Amino acid sequence: MAKIKLSEKKLEELREVCKAYNNDKGEVINVLHKAQGIFGYLPAEVQEVIAKELNVSVAHVYGIVTFYSFFTMTPKGEHPISICLGTACYVRGAEKVLEEFKRVLNIQVGETTADGKFSLSCLRCVGACGLAPVVLVGEKVYGRVSPDGVKDIVAEYNS
Amino acid sequence: MEMVKLTIDGKPVEVEKDTTILKAAKTVGIEIPTLCFFELKDMKIENRPGGCRVCVVEVKGRRNLAPACTTAVAPGMEVFTHNIRVLNARRTVLELILSDHPAECLTCSKSGNCELQSLAQQLGVREIPFQGAQSTYRKDTSPAIIRDVDKCIMCRRCEMMCNEVQTVGALSAVNRGFMAVVAPAFEMNLEKSPCTYCGQCVSVCPTGALTEVDHSRNVINALADPTKTVVVQTAPAVRAALGEEFGLEPGTLVTGKLVAALRRLGFDYVFDTDFAADLTIMEEGSELLDRLTRYLKGLTSCCPGWVNFFEHNFPEMMDIPSSAKSPQQMFGPIAKEYFGKKLGIARENLIVVSIMPCLAKKYECQRDEFKVNGDPDVNYSISTRELAHLIKQSNIDFNSLPNEDFDNPLGESTGAAVIFGNTGGVIEAACRTAYELYTGKKLAKVEFDELRGMENIRHATLDFDGLPINIGIAHGLGNARKLLEDIRAGKNQFHAIEIMACPGGCIGGGGQPYHHGNSEILKKRAAAIYREDAGKPIRKSHENPFIIELYKEFLGKPLSERSHHLLHTHYFDKSASIFVEE
Repeated sequence: MAKIKLSEKKLEELREVCKAYNNDKGEVINVLHKAQGIFGYLPAEVQEVIAKELNVSVAHVYGIVTFYSFFTMTPKGEHPISICLGTACYVRGAEKVLEEFKRVLNIQVGETTADGKFSLSCLRCVGACGLAPVVLVGEKVYGRVSPDGVKDIVAEYNS
Repeated sequence: MEMVKLTIDGKPVEVEKDTTILKAAKTVGIEIPTLCFFELKDMKIENRPGGCRVCVVEVKGRRNLAPACTTAVAPGMEVFTHNIRVLNARRTVLELILSDHPAECLTCSKSGNCELQSLAQQLGVREIPFQGAQSTYRKDTSPAIIRDVDKCIMCRRCEMMCNEVQTVGALSAVNRGFMAVVAPAFEMNLEKSPCTYCGQCVSVCPTGALTEVDHSRNVINALADPTKTVVVQTAPAVRAALGEEFGLEPGTLVTGKLVAALRRLGFDYVFDTDFAADLTIMEEGSELLDRLTRYLKGLTSCCPGWVNFFEHNFPEMMDIPSSAKSPQQMFGPIAKEYFGKKLGIARENLIVVSIMPCLAKKYECQRDEFKVNGDPDVNYSISTRELAHLIKQSNIDFNSLPNEDFDNPLGESTGAAVIFGNTGGVIEAACRTAYELYTGKKLAKVEFDELRGMENIRHATLDFDGLPINIGIAHGLGNARKLLEDIRAGKNQFHAIEIMACPGGCIGGGGQPYHHGNSEILKKRAAAIYREDAGKPIRKSHENPFIIELYKEFLGKPLSERSHHLLHTHYFDKSASIFVEE
C-alpha cells in the first residue's frame, strides 16, 4: 500500500463528523458511511484517523470496512457506473448489460479503470423499475439499457 | 439472589437467575462439549460468541436447538443435552468445521493439545462426509508468533484476548463468509501490527492456527556444535509449570529435575535467570530508592510484552519505566562479558539459551539494542512447551530424574528472584531490598502479603519506617492501560508500579503449558512459586553472595557506569502509523 496524502480540508471535515458522533466507539459504521461520502472511498489513512478519533483499533475499523460490501477501499472513478441488479432489472437482462460494461471497461465489479475515469458497482433497485434495466452514471439515470447501448454510454463520458 | 429451577437430562437443577445452561449443567456433573467458549474464571475473562454451535442442546418447546453457552436458564425449562437430535446436530456441526480444516494432525505442532482434535475424538468422528472447498490463506511468521489461519475455526478467542483483555488491538475478524479470517489491520503481517507478542492469543487458540516460533532446532544444533559452549538460563515460572507436560499435578515444583534434564540435554552450564532477577532488583531497586523521596513514579520493565505495549501506546510516558533491562537480557551480557571472559571463551563461541514462559522473550532477544556487532546477548529463547518437547525427544524420563543444583556463579538466586514469576512478585522483591537499604533496618517478615493476589488491579501502601510508599500492580495489558490512564488523569499516585502483560504474571505466560481455561492451574502455579521462595535460605536480592561478588569484582555498584552500559536500556516510540507501508 503506498501512502497517500489526504487533503487537510477533508480531514478536518472527517474530524468534525467524528465529533458530531461524540467520538463514540459505537458509531464506527456511521462515521465510515460519512467518511466514504467525503473521500469517495476509505483508504487506510482515513481508517487510521477514524480509529484514533473513536479510540478503537485500526484492525477493528478495517474489520468493519471489509465486512460490509457498501464500504470500499478502492477510489471510485470520476464517473461511477452502477448497474441495478434488482428483480425487475435482472429479469430484463441487467446481467448481460453488466457483462458488457465489464468487457468494455476491462474491469471487474468494485474496480476502477486505470485512468481513474470509470468505476463499476452493482446495486439493488433504484425505484425506477418501469425503466428496467437501469444504469446510473453518477447521478444520471439511463433506462432500458441493452448490451448494445453500453458502448454509447461510455463514449458520452470519454470525449 | 433469585433462583431458577429446571431439569437437565431429567435431573433437577437449581441455579441463580441468568446462569447459562452450560454452567447449570456443570453443577450436576453434565459436561456439555464446547469449542469457541472459553473462560478464565478468576481473571473474569470469558469468550462466548455462540458461534461454533458445538454446545447445542434441546430445550423442550423451543423450535430450534439452543447454544448452551449463551442461553440463560428459565423456570421449568426442560433441557436435553444428548438425545438423538442433539447428538446428530452436534456431530454435523463438527463435521462441517472439520471439512474446512486441514487434515495435518500428524505434523501439526498443536497435535495432542488441540481442542478440535480432542472434540473429534470425544464425538467419535471417523470420517468427514462433507467434501468442499477449503479456505486458504498465507502463513504469517513474526519473530515470536506464527499465524496459520487455514487452521482457524473462527472461535474468536484470540480476538477477545487481544482486544478485550489485552486492549492491544492487533487482531480483528476481517472480510466475511468463507473469506473471513482473523487478521491485523489491512491484513498486514503481525510484525507490522501493534502486536506485543504477549502470546495470550496463542495460549487460548484451540487449534494450531496460532503457535509460537519454534527455536528448539537451533538449540539442538548449538548443542551439537563442538566449538560452542552453550549456557542455559531458566525463568522462575518455568519450574512451576514444566511438570504439567509430564503428567504431574499443576503446581508441582520441578526445579531440581529441570536442572538435571538441562544437564542431560547437553548444556555446558545450567544457570538461573533468577540470578539475573536478583541483579535486576539491585539495579531497579536502587532506581526506586532514588525516586522514593521525590514522589516520582517508577515502573517495572522486566516484562517484554509490557515494554512493547508502552512503546506503542504510551510513548509520552517512556521516561517512567525503569531503564533496567529484563532479567533475561541482564543475564546475556553478564554471561558473555563476565562469565565467558573469565573462562576465556570468545563471545561468538558462547551461546546463551533462555527457557521462558513467554513468547515476547523471543522478540526481545532479537532486538538490535541487545546485540554486539550483530551477536545477540541471548541467542535463542525457547518456551516451557518447547523445552518439554526437547526433553521428550532426547529420551529423558523426566519424572525419574534426580534433583540437581544449578551451576555457579550464575545459578545462585534468592527467594526474591523466584517470585518474579507471579503478579506482584517483582515489586515485592524490589521492596524487600529497597526497605532494608532505605531504612537501614532488617525486615522482620519478608513477605508483603498486601502485594499478593489475583485481583486485576491492586493498590497497597507500605510503611517504610514512617514513610508511606504507594504501590500499584496490574496484570494483563488491559488492566495496565486502566492503571496508566488513571495516573495520567491524576486519579492515583504511586511511587512504584509493577505491570505484567499476562494474567497471573509469567506463570500465565504465552509460552507455558496450555491451561485450557482452567484458572485453578494458574493459582496452583502461583502458590508453587511462593513455596519455592519460602524454602530458600536467602530471600533478599542484596544478600545473594554471588551478586555481592559480581559487584565487587566486575560491576562496581548499582547504577555504575558499567552497570549502565551492560544492564540498562532505552525505549523507542512505536506509536507512529505502522500499518501503511511506504
